Amino acid sequence: MKFLAGEYDIVVIGAGHAGCEAALAGAKMGFKTLVLSISLDAIAMMACNPSIGGTGKGHLVREIDALGGEMGLNIDKTLIQSKMLNKTKGPAVHSLRAQADKTKYHIEMKKTIENQANLDLFQGEVVEILVEKNTVKGVVTRTGAIYEAKTIILATGVYLKSKIFIGEVNFDSGPNGTFPSNFLSDNLKKLGCNLRRFKTGTPARIDKNSIDFSKMEVQQGDKEIFPFSFLNEEIDIDQSPCWLTRTTAETKKIIEKNIGRSALYRGDTEGVGPRYCPSIEDKVVRFADKETHQLFIEPEGLNTNEMYLQGMSSSLPEEVQLNMMRSVIGLEKVKIMRPAYAIEYDCIDPLQLKPSLEIKNIEGLFSAGQFNGSSGYEEAAAQGLIAGINAGLKIRGKEPLILDRSEAYIGVLIDDLVTKGTNEPYRMMTSRAEYRLVLRQDNADLRLTGKGKEIGLVSDKKFERTKTKEIQTKEEMERLKRTTVSPERANDSLKKAVSSLLKGGTTLYELLKRPEINYENIREIDTARPKELLRDTIKQCEITIKYEGYIQKQLRQIKQFKKMENNKIPEGIEYSKIAGLRIEARQKLEEIRPLSIGQASRISGVSPADISVLLVYLEQRRRKKEV
Amino acid sequence: MFKEGTIAAIATAQGEAGIGIIRISGENSLIIVDKIFTNEKKMRLVKATPRKMYYGNIVDPEQDKVVDEVLVVYMKAPFTYTKEDIIEINCHGGIVSIRRILELLFRYGARAAEPGEFTKRAFLNGRIDLSQAEAVMDLVSAKTDKGFDVAMNQLEGSLSIKVKKMIEEVVEMLAHIEVSIDFAEEDIDKVTLKLLEDKCTKVEGELLDLIKTAETGKIIREGIKTVIVGRPNVGKSSLMNALLKEYRAIVTEVAGTTRDAIEEQLNIKGFLLKIVDTAGIRETENIIEKIGIERTKELFNKADLILFMIDASESLTKEDMQIIELIKNRKALVIINKTDLENKIDLFSIKDLIAEKKIVKTSLKEGRGVDKIEEYIVNMIYEGEVKTKENLLLTNARHKNALECALASIKDALESISSEMALDFIEIDIRIAWECLGEVTGETVREDIIDQIFSNFCVGK
Repeated sequence: MKFLAGEYDIVVIGAGHAGCEAALAGAKMGFKTLVLSISLDAIAMMACNPSIGGTGKGHLVREIDALGGEMGLNIDKTLIQSKMLNKTKGPAVHSLRAQADKTKYHIEMKKTIENQANLDLFQGEVVEILVEKNTVKGVVTRTGAIYEAKTIILATGVYLKSKIFIGEVNFDSGPNGTFPSNFLSDNLKKLGCNLRRFKTGTPARIDKNSIDFSKMEVQQGDKEIFPFSFLNEEIDIDQSPCWLTRTTAETKKIIEKNIGRSALYRGDTEGVGPRYCPSIEDKVVRFADKETHQLFIEPEGLNTNEMYLQGMSSSLPEEVQLNMMRSVIGLEKVKIMRPAYAIEYDCIDPLQLKPSLEIKNIEGLFSAGQFNGSSGYEEAAAQGLIAGINAGLKIRGKEPLILDRSEAYIGVLIDDLVTKGTNEPYRMMTSRAEYRLVLRQDNADLRLTGKGKEIGLVSDKKFERTKTKEIQTKEEMERLKRTTVSPERANDSLKKAVSSLLKGGTTLYELLKRPEINYENIREIDTARPKELLRDTIKQCEITIKYEGYIQKQLRQIKQFKKMENNKIPEGIEYSKIAGLRIEARQKLEEIRPLSIGQASRISGVSPADISVLLVYLEQRRRKKEV
Repeated sequence: MFKEGTIAAIATAQGEAGIGIIRISGENSLIIVDKIFTNEKKMRLVKATPRKMYYGNIVDPEQDKVVDEVLVVYMKAPFTYTKEDIIEINCHGGIVSIRRILELLFRYGARAAEPGEFTKRAFLNGRIDLSQAEAVMDLVSAKTDKGFDVAMNQLEGSLSIKVKKMIEEVVEMLAHIEVSIDFAEEDIDKVTLKLLEDKCTKVEGELLDLIKTAETGKIIREGIKTVIVGRPNVGKSSLMNALLKEYRAIVTEVAGTTRDAIEEQLNIKGFLLKIVDTAGIRETENIIEKIGIERTKELFNKADLILFMIDASESLTKEDMQIIELIKNRKALVIINKTDLENKIDLFSIKDLIAEKKIVKTSLKEGRGVDKIEEYIVNMIYEGEVKTKENLLLTNARHKNALECALASIKDALESISSEMALDFIEIDIRIAWECLGEVTGETVREDIIDQIFSNFCVGK
């Protein structure tokens, strides 16, 4: 028996990293929101690695925070170790990564959701999306509850028809011992969604008490913790260490001997796995000349002995896994607590999505996260936030929030997915961002907080802080250009900094261009420095001055890029009727329906000649309208 | 990627002509031409009166050398074909001088126009009315497709191999930099500044070499080695004479590929052909019998182009068949001569034997078909079907333009390396170099780098 259980503005299916952001965004924007999850014990579950951030991903978290999302705040509450990666490289690729206490991460996020106004949380499995005239009407749960909705956000993660593989054994299961969602896929297919199988995997969790850490290299966090959230100035905790160890020649032998029993090599799996997290058996086969591989051992939390064995994801049988692990340095007596497994699931071809993350042809149905073919908590959260925002904007009757490739990593992520598609679970990398130098984690707030404020997600406090940073930076840059110093005043400090001495006067701005000079070592020269400067302001000034030439170059590229992006393509173009387009281009354009000439030019199979034809066609169309 | 900017192209037909016109359109037209134009009064072109012709010289400011005597006219926007500022440079015809000027324009900020781009701009800027729009689109698409084909054909040769090799080297560098950024904690070989410096220096050298070949215009200087073959009395001498008569060839006797052959040079529409005339072998003798299969083969192998003549008035002989066999995989033009006589040749059966080769019918006696031969030869050169053996062939100014852009970026990268900038800054310029090289082959895809990362480095959780 079906029954009407409630009416909502937004219904979110799934409460993982995407679902949580989507639900919180919708509710904060003032919409009556419901989030449904197969298990309330799996809210914001970190089913794989116990860390948030890293290269590219750390940038995403900072952007989520700048826009008013939750992930940054939640990891700041629950981190047990923090590291800034790539510190020896340029500021654009400095990347924050924190180890999380997984259970605490889940509890804190659940608390936040429970305490959010306008937001209901319910344990239930959605089996059907109700659609009338290509517009969503609501969802039906397995228990027959109908929730009516103006918009729906699919954030099903890896739960759709998920199947776990451990050696020759496989069974239907969600991640980490949860139920799979076995009905929704068929319903989505009926609605016209083009689903496919992707695959991912996770390594074993092992018992801390069975590990010989004396044979391993300890990995401590940074002395100074940089918070993820722009709202937090500092975090002071005792950090937990990780450890580094290696596989041995024996490990390789064991894997080679048993490779035929791996689910992957048996050909049991049909899903496509990501290249960037190959299983250990994959690494051994593909990089056969490498005798040993490094492994990190990371705590799963403060209140557990479970340790995550990074670098050893596998679909080998359980007993082989144990043998293999016991051949690793320091793991001679290891006890497995959860075996490694591969998991396969249904997801959508993201070319079916609009840049707003709404599914084409089904009005009001949005999607985010692994369902869209991505991988990773941060990628999921970023999409969840955007899907939540755009579901809300849709109800408001406003234009969607679409960040472009020059504005945010989030923009790169979504544009890649909806314009180029992906053949494997998509992971963010800094190398995917062509304007990396301006998309830094230190300026995410300057780029995005204004937008978040406009939408209604950013608190006054955060907005004020960003404004202060912005104004201070502007004023400080001017002051530095204005302030001249004489050799007499400067040379002592310069000598101490091993910098060449001045012969005539110069500005502080010019001094700061020198690689060896920073705010700290010209403190004595700079007598009129304002007292209230934020740490962030100083960093902005240093980066802007030191890398001015490179940044200018990138800004010029962005100007060109924007011209193409701003050249919008009206809706409803019949590409099949544009004579000059090559057939492949027609099909691709018809399928993807780009919003701008810029987006069109990034579609594989659309050549510069096709773009020319399209431009001429659009001009022709515009003039016909004028007549 | 579709681009804006100031564009330049040759407006007159390519080849030997009295004068050649180069047209430049875009907001920087005047500033760019001003940098390379000078006259007796040392006038600045930026002060030019529109629609007035100015006499002067185009100079290469770097070498302070006069390139050509020219007439320059400036047409002010919006009263021009494209509704943008246009400048036309009238120079002496001939491919060398036109190309030198074009290259200077590129150096100072213009870029090569895409096929049909002037017309496209004219339309987009509202110069051409709606009724002509369809025609414009045809033009843009058709021309671009053709241009693309030509470019692709050219690229199958040594230029393509070289550029692709450079792209590989650059992608390898990029992948190595990117992997050490995006997978900072993996145990992979660290990319060092020294390594990058070595590789950039290597690519810099290769680029310089390649660009140099463009400056001398290998195809023009070296000429295209051409061999005329056919059995006795088929009309080889007549063909030679017909070509020679028309083009006042400089006849020089040099040691040819065979003792018995004479090499003649002649100029067809701006291209130099070096014809090895097997007419040096007496007409009564069968070439293959005379010099042997191996040496004939060698002769053919050394040739860039073979003109194979068949007598239409007699059926194919054993020698014809032997030659057909030998030219199977060679660039050859088949000339069926003596079409004034009764045809004895089953053209259909030949077509099978010489699949994909172009066929021209002539009657040299009546002077018919020579123009066709010329046309075919020139097309084969333009379309890149025929090229010299050596590493030709930056005849395409656009390619050269792109390579120079790559070179400039590699130099910037080397500078960043020497000032010990962080990897991600060095990457910026290497990436631009990669994009420029990609403009030559049309094959820059971001995924390439990511593919390289995963195939060459063992990374992941």
